[in-house]
Amino acid sequence: MTVETAMPYDEALARFEPVLGLETHVELGTASKMFCGCKTTFGAPPNTQVCPTCLALPGALPVANAMAIESTIRIGLALNCSIAEWCRMARKNYFYPDMPKNYQISQYDEPLCFDGYLDVEVDGETVRIEIERVHLEEDTGKSTHVGGATGRIHGADYSIVDYNRAGIPLVEIVTKPIPGTDRLAPEVAKAYVTELREIMRSLGVSDVRMEEGSLRCDVNVSLMPRGSSEWGTRTETKNVNSLRSVERAVRGEIERQAAILADGGRIVQETRHFHEDTGTTTSGRSKEEAQDYRYFPEPDLVPIAPDPAWVAELKAGLPELPTVKRKRLQAEWGLSDLDMRAMHNADAIDLVEATVGAGAPAADARKWWMGELARRANETGVALADLPITPAQVARVTELVASGALNDKLAREVLEGVLGGEGAPDEVVEKRGLKIVNDEGELSAMIDEVLAGNADAAEKVRSGKIAAVGALVGGVMKASRGKADAARARQLILEKLGVSE
Amino acid sequence: MSAITRDEVAHLARLSRLALTDDELDHYATQLDAIIESVAKVAEVAAEDVPPSSHALPLTNVFRPDEVRQSLTPEQALSGAPAVEDDRFRVPRILGEEA
Repeated sequence: MTVETAMPYDEALARFEPVLGLETHVELGTASKMFCGCKTTFGAPPNTQVCPTCLALPGALPVANAMAIESTIRIGLALNCSIAEWCRMARKNYFYPDMPKNYQISQYDEPLCFDGYLDVEVDGETVRIEIERVHLEEDTGKSTHVGGATGRIHGADYSIVDYNRAGIPLVEIVTKPIPGTDRLAPEVAKAYVTELREIMRSLGVSDVRMEEGSLRCDVNVSLMPRGSSEWGTRTETKNVNSLRSVERAVRGEIERQAAILADGGRIVQETRHFHEDTGTTTSGRSKEEAQDYRYFPEPDLVPIAPDPAWVAELKAGLPELPTVKRKRLQAEWGLSDLDMRAMHNADAIDLVEATVGAGAPAADARKWWMGELARRANETGVALADLPITPAQVARVTELVASGALNDKLAREVLEGVLGGEGAPDEVVEKRGLKIVNDEGELSAMIDEVLAGNADAAEKVRSGKIAAVGALVGGVMKASRGKADAARARQLILEKLGVSE
Repeated sequence: MSAITRDEVAHLARLSRLALTDDELDHYATQLDAIIESVAKVAEVAAEDVPPSSHALPLTNVFRPDEVRQSLTPEQALSGAPAVEDDRFRVPRILGEEA
């Protein structure tokens, strides 16, 4: 593997303009596969979700999954696409053992959905990404390459294949080339994939887990010299498996290509592999020798002709889409653009919304998710949504604070207990004995003790230096191990010392 | 003029991973040419108003409901495999060393 040079990003952008293209694959969350009844469960033991159809045994024939067709059309509609009135699946022939048929059933020149767009927001600006096509195909099996130095396909001694994934419905969403993003290209790419992921979630068509491969992104980048209008040769970077990597892959490829071009070199049209650990790409198979897939209409399947009335019904039934929903919630919660963007970036909006739905005031819900819980998620390196606490539990904590049963410090302890698996908020309060001391007698006794032990401070307060009361309240809080109601303690101390504010 | 050249047949053979001898290439190029010419006769009778067809059945929208059905056991699935490792199909090297 040769080490490649890179030009610093700012210099690269001063000399070249990037043109982007994004191909995104979304594995649909159907119960069964695209053309047979095998399950689609992720992580099942190898070759336990296979049958004569997805193993291509002689005589087995495919029948299309109605739900997969419906989901693809709904995705197309959400992306403002036209829906084909008539289209066919096509056979894509290639010589790779990841499909037992030696071809993949896909779509070629007749995609189910085409000519759409998606608006994304970057830096407060709306960027319109044109969608070329949304088509339906089947996923491939999973190959593991054995032997060789790198664990990659090149130089491996042999490979072993698990066909559980082969035949799971896969939707491919292809953008038109995206010029004019300039230095925001990495952010635009990331914002696009983020928005796409949220749309898939709101449609409920896929679990879109990048780490499990149910959302995968290929990033195309080319550069042209400033002032030129002729696009350069593009590369296609695969294996980009997180939102952050989408951004890094675009940036890295801009820096790499700029160095080559500035040095008088030329870009080779090729597939490149992204490496999560270094953020760099290495060369994969070259596309110079154009792929010849010999597509032809799939003879084992009849054409798909969605009834326009049905399509209209699906369109009417689309859920509120994420951008619209964000605008509505921002207005309802009275947040600034900046606050809303912070919540969006932290993936906190749905959680806060659910917490509000469970009865919490929006400000409180936001405070806990964006504060303590975001901090905990960050510390432990998990997504906010994957923390072992539910919006309903967070809502209960805000309720306990509002009722005066907990203060913020105690509430944090309750959250810690819930996250630690100690049970629901009320159980944690019970087990850890976290209720605020509301018993006036107990509190009064504590104050007497503190006053006796801090005669100097007490005397200052008595003589009118009310500011000195802070130390006494602090003493009470310490004596109660944080469980006293600080405001009430202050009130009682002042009463006992015969001063009023 | 022939409908398919010998070079095109050689290209198809390579894509299909078929090792054909020179004699075989000559042989198949002639045969395929005759086949393509025969099939092309259909075009002579196809009028403007007859759309190209890819299927013998006048059907559209044949779907199945999204329902799970019994899969094979791994033993059954792998029973016909020439080689098996870790409950997976073992296949020969796919690509050679990196150039």
